[in-house]
Amino acid sequence: MDMIKVVEEGYKRELPPFNIGDTVKVFTKVVEGDKERIQLFEGVVIARKGGGIRETFMVRKVSFGIGVERIFPLHSPSIDRINVIRRGSVKRAKLYYIRTKKGKGAKIKEQERRTPA
Amino acid sequence: MTAILGKKLGMTQIFGEGGRMIPVTVIEAQPGCVVEVKTLKKHGYEAVRVGFFEVRKEKKVNKPSAGIFKKAGTKPYKVLKELQTSGLKVGDLVTVEGFSKGDMVSVSGISKGKGFQGVMKRHNFKGGPGSHGSMFNRAPGSIGASSYPSRVWKNQGMPGHMGSENVTVKNLKVVDVRENLLLIRGAVPGAKNTVIEIRKES
Repeated sequence: MDMIKVVEEGYKRELPPFNIGDTVKVFTKVVEGDKERIQLFEGVVIARKGGGIRETFMVRKVSFGIGVERIFPLHSPSIDRINVIRRGSVKRAKLYYIRTKKGKGAKIKEQERRTPA
Repeated sequence: MTAILGKKLGMTQIFGEGGRMIPVTVIEAQPGCVVEVKTLKKHGYEAVRVGFFEVRKEKKVNKPSAGIFKKAGTKPYKVLKELQTSGLKVGDLVTVEGFSKGDMVSVSGISKGKGFQGVMKRHNFKGGPGSHGSMFNRAPGSIGASSYPSRVWKNQGMPGHMGSENVTVKNLKVVDVRENLLLIRGAVPGAKNTVIEIRKES
């Protein structure tokens, strides 16, 4: 098992830590023909699944009134970078309930900044 | 033919070109040592006998096989395997360096044992309806006609022992070669820690 971890470790990436409920900007590399450009996906992280190299996270946004969810492999090299915009305060590990909510119910409270020690 | 024996460590995923995920089997293949060279003159065919999986405690080798290694002047090994190659001498090492990225290989090993299984799992029979009063669920059904042939044909699928047999998977791609480690795309026969043979047919 140990050598498998070593293999996986070699493909892992360093990304800013983020949690469920955070609003993030995900910059993905998109290849069109022979050109590569950066595409942006901004939304709330509603789930994180899996462990090790297999870990994925799900981002939800509402685009023109339609909910759009995208699942990204956390360590995928096609993710250029991730910016955390807002820290959310939630009580659940999976926020699937916000799919059925609208307006105020779909809001996520902002986490109060911890005072630096 | 390039070949090596290794130990299946398990499976994982890695990222390949364009961020594509590749399922890989990780195989640990420590170098093997040539113990005996078989020649056309003496044995009627050309091959080398290679020892794999070094035994650290000499006590663990039984006397007959200890004699083989003593004669060759090598360290004792757990498994002896004949490989049909020529040009190697006694004491030469067989390593993963014989393989490179992108090679197509065949992988053989003993598959996972499934025990005594019925015809649906063992021979992919269809079985019968699950419900609506059906009393024919997972049974094999008729196993032949009556007056002719008055016996059961050979190769008629029947329940019995499944698995624990030698299985070869062909045309698997080598994704990466590292120090005593092979990453092969896709699945490979056997459970973890199974001894498997990786061959490059040329």
